[in-house]
Amino acid sequence: MKLVTAIIKPFKLDEVREALSAVGVQGMTVTEVKGFGRQKGQTEIYRGAEYSTNMVPKIKVEVACGSDLAGRVVEAIQQSANTGAIGDGKIFVLDLGQVVRIRTGETDDTAL
Amino acid sequence: MKLSTGIAGATGAAGLALFAALPAWAQDAALQNAATPPAAPTVNKGDTAWMMTSTLLVLMMILPGLALFYGGLTRAKNMLSTMTQIGAVACFAMLIWVMYGYTMAFGDGGNAFVAGFGKAFLKGITPDSTAATFTAGVAIPEFVFVCFQMTFAAITVALVLGSVVERMKFSAVMAFALVWLTIVYFPIAHMVWASNGYFFGLGALDFAGGTVVHINAGVSALVAALILGKRVGYPQERMAPHSLTMTGIGTGLLWVGWFGFNAGSALEANGSAGLAMINTFVATASAALFWMLVERARGHQGSALGFCSGIIAGLVAVTPAAGNSGPFGAIVLGGVASVVCFFAVSVLKPRLGYDDALDAFGIHGVGGMVGAVGTAVVYAPGLGGPGPADYDMGAKLLVQIGAVLATVAWAAVGTAVSVVAARALTGLRVSAEVEHNGLDIGEHGERAYNP
Repeated sequence: MKLVTAIIKPFKLDEVREALSAVGVQGMTVTEVKGFGRQKGQTEIYRGAEYSTNMVPKIKVEVACGSDLAGRVVEAIQQSANTGAIGDGKIFVLDLGQVVRIRTGETDDTAL
Repeated sequence: MKLSTGIAGATGAAGLALFAALPAWAQDAALQNAATPPAAPTVNKGDTAWMMTSTLLVLMMILPGLALFYGGLTRAKNMLSTMTQIGAVACFAMLIWVMYGYTMAFGDGGNAFVAGFGKAFLKGITPDSTAATFTAGVAIPEFVFVCFQMTFAAITVALVLGSVVERMKFSAVMAFALVWLTIVYFPIAHMVWASNGYFFGLGALDFAGGTVVHINAGVSALVAALILGKRVGYPQERMAPHSLTMTGIGTGLLWVGWFGFNAGSALEANGSAGLAMINTFVATASAALFWMLVERARGHQGSALGFCSGIIAGLVAVTPAAGNSGPFGAIVLGGVASVVCFFAVSVLKPRLGYDDALDAFGIHGVGGMVGAVGTAVVYAPGLGGPGPADYDMGAKLLVQIGAVLATVAWAAVGTAVSVVAARALTGLRVSAEVEHNGLDIGEHGERAYNP
């Protein structure tokens, strides 16, 4: 099992969600986050006073899936979140040790 | 303005050489009046209704207009403090006005700098008392005039606070207001608007208070900010406006209210008020767009705050010119004021390094000066203004510049005295801890926004 974590541009969330549904992902967790990478921060100007923010708003998408699906999940996110510009984000894939469905107590692949 | 309180006849003619805004008209009226025996002044219900409405429009400029405009520009932790200081000094000004402010500005007699004290505590004013307007034989109830002028005193002292918010104690603000109104505002209002006032005698043009209200408030704000010192962390720390939405709402209320301020300064519901009204529309519209154009020209994006700032700059500049300009002169005046104010707040202020927190000087002081000097230009009949055919622009320019310089000097010295007095009485500035935590919780025990 794998945990796929993607940091994406906020306006790309809908496309990523549709692409993931298309490859059979049935659930995801979405969080509003801030961070920085190679993308410069934004500059705000108020009557000539400039403030630059290093932290850029992003969306974090987390998907837990079977190892067989992980490749397609990564591909779906990479393609749907891509704009070709700096700041498109990153995808992290981690091994997942255990999964439990709280309602039934089912574990691992049956709980996904 | 000289008031014909139940005294028509011989003093009526002198009484009609009045209010400052349009001395040419006033002189004509006085001449006509000398030729024929003056009738007892009549109070017109339409004029009265308009002046009562105008008075309330100016009140709306303060609360909630200016309170929201300024409040939105501060950080969230100082929202209530800013709004409360504005409201409280306005209320204080109203009370001081009826006690001795009105008589200092508009009482009978006195000299070129301050009127007589005969109307202290509104002595002798009854529902039958009248105040002269610009038209011979036409008057408005004196109580209405007292209220109208009261709102001007109230908004002017509130405007000054724009430079000192986020760090000045509430008690210091109140002490400052008391001294400042007494030694700065009331004398300058008298000098500009009373028939025996100093600037009035020079023939200065100031339709609705460009000198008395805006240059005065702006220069006072600058001097107060210089004495008070910068906010902790300025300019390194982020001090972005916490709600440009609130500022936008305040801007709209100020613009609408300004029709009471400018068109109301005609003192009648007539063509002069109509001229002031159309100028208050078009100068402002021009200024709003010009600010955004300058932003683009400087390589920035046209901004909402720029739009709001342009509106205020245009309103300030058109104040002395409201009834003294044609509509197209007003459009140019608004545009020029907007460009000059843009450079004052975004280039001059950072370069000189003073902390005029909400740009009270940069917009009211600088815009007021552009308006006062520009009024001498747009007044010319050749440019569509209402000036006489033999209008001498060069001479009028000198008069306007002289009035500006004298106001700057009086306001600067008076403000320095007022701030030093407030420091002696109250300590002037909140502690560094209160400033860090915000004046809302530190000075008022409340927060503007609770989760």
